[in-house]
Amino acid sequence: MTEQTFPLYGGKAASLQERLGDASPQERKTVGTPFVDDPRMTCREVDVFYGGKQAISKVSIDIGRNQVLAMIGPSGCGKSTFLRCLNRMNDTVGACRVEGEIRLDGINIYDPTVDVVPLRARVGMVFQKPNPFPKSIYDNVAYGPRIHGLTKDKNELDEIVETSLHKAGLWEEVKDRLREPGTGLSGGQQQRLCIARAIAVSPEVILMDEPCSALDPIATAKVEELIAELRTQYSIVIVTHAMQQASRVSQRTAYFHLGDLIEVGPTERIFTNPRHKLTEDYITGRFG
Amino acid sequence: MLYTSLLPIILALAVASFFLGQRRAERVAQAAGGLRQLHSLPSHYGVFVALCCALPGFVVFLVWMACEEHVITAMVASGLPEALRNLPANELSLVINEIKNIAFGGFTAGGGNPAVEAAASSYLDHLHGLRNIVVAVAVVTCLLPGWWALGRIDKDLRARNLVEGMARVVLLGCATVAVLTTVGIVLSVVFEALRFFQSVSPSDFLFGLQWSPQIAMRADQVGSSGAFGAVPVFVGTFLIASIAMAVAIPVGLLSAIYLSEYAAPTLRSWAKPALEILAGIPTVVYGFFAALTVAPAIRDLGAMLGLSVASESALAAGLIMGVMIIPFVSSLSDDVIHAVPQSLRDGSLAMGATRFETIRHVVVPAALPGIVGSILLAISRAVGETMIVVMAAGLSANLSVNPLAAVTTVTVQIVTLLVGDQEFDSPKTLAAFALGLLLFFFTLILNFIALRVVRRYREHYE
Ligand SMILES: Nc1ncnc2c1ncn2[C@@H]1O[C@H](COP(=O)(O)OP(=O)(O)OP(=O)(O)O)[C@@H](O)[C@H]1O
Ligand SMILES: [Mg+2]
Repeated sequence: MTEQTFPLYGGKAASLQERLGDASPQERKTVGTPFVDDPRMTCREVDVFYGGKQAISKVSIDIGRNQVLAMIGPSGCGKSTFLRCLNRMNDTVGACRVEGEIRLDGINIYDPTVDVVPLRARVGMVFQKPNPFPKSIYDNVAYGPRIHGLTKDKNELDEIVETSLHKAGLWEEVKDRLREPGTGLSGGQQQRLCIARAIAVSPEVILMDEPCSALDPIATAKVEELIAELRTQYSIVIVTHAMQQASRVSQRTAYFHLGDLIEVGPTERIFTNPRHKLTEDYITGRFG
Repeated sequence: MLYTSLLPIILALAVASFFLGQRRAERVAQAAGGLRQLHSLPSHYGVFVALCCALPGFVVFLVWMACEEHVITAMVASGLPEALRNLPANELSLVINEIKNIAFGGFTAGGGNPAVEAAASSYLDHLHGLRNIVVAVAVVTCLLPGWWALGRIDKDLRARNLVEGMARVVLLGCATVAVLTTVGIVLSVVFEALRFFQSVSPSDFLFGLQWSPQIAMRADQVGSSGAFGAVPVFVGTFLIASIAMAVAIPVGLLSAIYLSEYAAPTLRSWAKPALEILAGIPTVVYGFFAALTVAPAIRDLGAMLGLSVASESALAAGLIMGVMIIPFVSSLSDDVIHAVPQSLRDGSLAMGATRFETIRHVVVPAALPGIVGSILLAISRAVGETMIVVMAAGLSANLSVNPLAAVTTVTVQIVTLLVGDQEFDSPKTLAAFALGLLLFFFTLILNFIALRVVRRYREHYE
């Protein structure tokens, strides 16, 4: 593509509206297929503010069952912010305010009657930087089941720890050193430990914020493999900067731009035939 | 006269040579075509010359300081008449002392012995003569290396590296001084304690249950043989320190957790300094507060409950001491808790843990090395504290773990053993060193344990 094809993109100072070109304000609606049949989570008209500054505006999207949704977009466009809304992690940020409606299996998670403790057990999270607790490998995985009182006795807990580590593809590597500190593992192992920790409480949705950005290619490949397996049981939302990764692991892809959800669609279609100019620019490497 | 201003002279020479070196380096640079041609900055050359100048002179001065006494005494002694020189060693040292007294104060003990008077004046002569020589030597040892260094300046001289090397030596010297001082203190305590153990057997000291060190001046006085069982004193120390820690650890730690995890930043920014003020109150103030307010209150309360409470009690001293050391625990713990990475808190919260669960299971274990360190600091403060105990817990060495009784501590006993006019070789005064040694030993063990704990948890964390 040459510059002439999209004359409106010339100035950096051009506002979002100008960049959207001929689209009038009403038509700033998300392009593509943001909604699915039988969704696990539904988000409608979600706005997020940090103090007076709006970080997310009017985002509506569904998160399907047993599939991976990838969120891509240039840095600072609000991917992490939106992801953190899905399990109310933004509650811990004092200045953050969320408006709109986010439902998990039909229940609005921002309803005052909803308790965040069980919510976060149902919507787990894996962070960009591996953050194992300063405890043994075993205790790291057992952490969630213990605080939620999921097990009756030690055997049951052992079993959960073992299955979680199996699912995270880490069991073979750590089965002889469960009592050693989790912080003593390599970066990639630590990240898989964090995934094991997240799935130990049997969540329904797993949120991952750039889970591979601190890992080398081999560890990344392992985590990607793992995501593909986990999809059969969980709904997964993953933020990534690696377009390759999004196309490898996800079924649907959402493109964010400056706080707006620009386009959502089946991953293959988004990468081969983007409908929105901004999406196309981003995935062809013109932006970000 | 010159001798007393030797240090300022050396300093002045150093400053002067710094500027000379710097000027010279700048001129060399100009000749070579700009500052960039120099290997190092002009100030490096200046420091190089200054160090070359000051260090040797300073070393000469230090060496002389260390052996002045020896050299002069030897010279004076060799000039004494035969009769005096052949005296036994301790009497000779008395004579020498008298010579020094005459030389420095003009003070003589009665009818002056002419030989001693003469020796005194020769002492002064020697002293002044030698000191003048030392000044001359020191100045020369400044000027020669300084001049040599100045001559060596050229654009390829690696002054930066030389200065680095010399800085390393100076730093090493300072570190060595610190270590040697510690070793010296420990050794002197050890030797005095050994002298004590010549008159009192170690097992009596370590396991004796009776502490009353007042040895009489005359052999026929009542209680002429003191009892040196250290157990009651140490029990008292640990009793009071435990009471203090029972107050300081929970209050300090919980307030640290509140400040770092729950308090709004503005609250934290003034509450923390306010808490630290507690550490700045002189202990004597705490002491009279404990003695005049808390101890009577405890006694009255005890009387109301039908308990017999001594008017000076371990409880009063321990409580107040605990309050005193709260900031040692809280301020340091707050810092380390604050430094726990947010990602760990997020990780725990994202698992559905509540805030308090997160603190208990993740934040505190992660901060544990620092917390243990702060508690250790507090314990050593508690064990070493004297004033509050003197005023509020009494001096009687009761062997008791009853917090309502009057007890005494190691530091208090050391103070009472050493204040006033004392002979320095009676078991009574030497007992102070034995107590000090034992206390040192205990704190060493404490440190060792704490270090082990810290290391274990640090492994977990890193
Ligand atoms: N705690 C906060 N307080 C105030 N503003 C914030 C906060 N966190 C994020 N923001 C702002 O919100 C916007 C979106 O940030 P966010 O972290 O969601 O971006 P992102 O898409 O995840 O970027 P990246 O790809 O770099 O991680 C940014 O403009 C950022 O400056
Ligand atoms: Mg982000």
